[in-house]
Amino acid sequence: MERVLRGKVIVLGDNIDTDQIYPGRYLELVDPKEIGSHCLAGVDENIAPNFVKGDMIVAGSNFGCGSSREHAPISLINMGASVVIADSFARIFYRNSINLGLPLIVCKGISRALKDGDEIEVDIEEGTITLIKTAKLFQGEKIGEYAMNILEAGGIKPLFRERKF
Amino acid sequence: MHAIEKILAKNSGRDRVKTGEIVTARVDFAEINDLYLQTVYSFREMNGDKVWDKDRVAFVFDHYAPAPTIKTAQIHKEMREFARENDLIYHFDINAGICHQVMPEAGLIYPGSIIVATDSHTTTHGAFGALGTGVGATDMATILISGKLWFRVPEIIEIRIDGTPREGVLPKDIVLFLMGQIKADGAVYKAIDFTGSYIEQLGVAGRMTICNMAVEMGAKTAYMQPNQEVLEYVSKKAVRPFEVVYTDDEFEYSESYCFDISDLTPQVAAPHSVDNVYPIHELDEIRIDQGFIGTCTGGRLEDIKVAADILRGKKISDHVRLIVIPASTQVMMEAIERGYFQDLVDAGATISTPGCGPCLSAHEGVLAPNEVCITASNRNFPGRMGSTQAEIYLASPATVAASVLTGYLTNPLSL
Repeated sequence: MERVLRGKVIVLGDNIDTDQIYPGRYLELVDPKEIGSHCLAGVDENIAPNFVKGDMIVAGSNFGCGSSREHAPISLINMGASVVIADSFARIFYRNSINLGLPLIVCKGISRALKDGDEIEVDIEEGTITLIKTAKLFQGEKIGEYAMNILEAGGIKPLFRERKF
Repeated sequence: MHAIEKILAKNSGRDRVKTGEIVTARVDFAEINDLYLQTVYSFREMNGDKVWDKDRVAFVFDHYAPAPTIKTAQIHKEMREFARENDLIYHFDINAGICHQVMPEAGLIYPGSIIVATDSHTTTHGAFGALGTGVGATDMATILISGKLWFRVPEIIEIRIDGTPREGVLPKDIVLFLMGQIKADGAVYKAIDFTGSYIEQLGVAGRMTICNMAVEMGAKTAYMQPNQEVLEYVSKKAVRPFEVVYTDDEFEYSESYCFDISDLTPQVAAPHSVDNVYPIHELDEIRIDQGFIGTCTGGRLEDIKVAADILRGKKISDHVRLIVIPASTQVMMEAIERGYFQDLVDAGATISTPGCGPCLSAHEGVLAPNEVCITASNRNFPGRMGSTQAEIYLASPATVAASVLTGYLTNPLSL
């Protein structure tokens, strides 16, 4: 896992549910690349086709609420999102993302502080976000030790494969 | 300790657990539905060989039952192969019903057990004094390998519900009212214990409806202390001996909410959020195109009976269709035997075979742009039942039945 990430953001609202992240009509798909091409189609179908690998999603509270579908983080990863930063996350989405190696940063108020296209730098370990153009620093929550171990291994699959878990 | 904490302690081999601690607990039953072929793939990617216990794992084909597309048929095919390779004792194919209904019916859910399923509505099983929680495909694959899962011991909040509701005000109305109060993120990462005089007298179906929607408040799990009706239900069916767990008198909840529902009127969650809740009389006249009664929230015999009682001998409005999907084959057979389906078909309803139906826009009645649906199901997110331009109103099965009769959102108490 890269500790410091830099990219542009797409800013979304509160309660972005898994049906908006990955609409039910695409749940029959199993190819990760194809899954990635429909990411956030429930918000705007133009997001995924225009997404630049390494860019980031910023959202309000309760991001990922709703269904337990792992397609949601699979689609974000395969669309090229490097991190999701939100005021808060729903529980199952949080677990699914960490398990797949997608870093999530909780930072209260971030969705009101940034706007579409802002370039930021994120320190995953410190939980900090820096808005490049003003050098303004936002302190998010540090990822817990348990989840960090999983992220550092690249997700739970490598850990389990080696039965280190 | 709370009963939930005692269950986590027991299954993780500890005397005590405390809030915030991470424990690795034994899972009593693991269930995978047919959206999650990824579970099988993740299992193989992690070098899984055989599942840890063939008695404690089952597939339930409910979201795509029967398969509406070639891709979903392929998903079923690969899951059946995996089930056969692993000699799974329990298997619920397209003829069974929704996982949260068929597992209790099969005696797989009982007090004090930990139930993990690849479905967010696994909170339903708090209705039986079990700890039910939903996970994604890869978490489930780790359970299939190890028989265990890591849990953060949650804060436990109490939602106390007292009073006797008016006739025609149903458990679905109660939980929609709670949604409006607690909000969609009001219980994220927490466990909810439903208490109070209303819950103490509530039957199995009503308890399942309320615990089912706890996840819509963000809850990790839900709990209700089993009452006599629950104990009679599980005692007849449970496949293993069980012990009811009780919360200690001195336990302190992290928060408590108290509501008296004696004066409550039927409630509706308007588009596009589960917590956008209003008493039905506060909403304007809304013309509807479709009504839906079904799902793990509102597809039980009690829900179908309510609709049949309202629609018996009448006809639904000309411009409306009504879709009724029983939650399980057992529900379907009882509904046939009692004549409810005859009543509903005579009134103009369309009946489909057991499963999740159009709830998550898989098939059997999805919505076109600008259509309006009133449903006894659990989610009204944009695009949940088809077009993102469709509008979904969540309500009780009585409100759905009253509304399809008039063609407009209608208070069942006004009929």
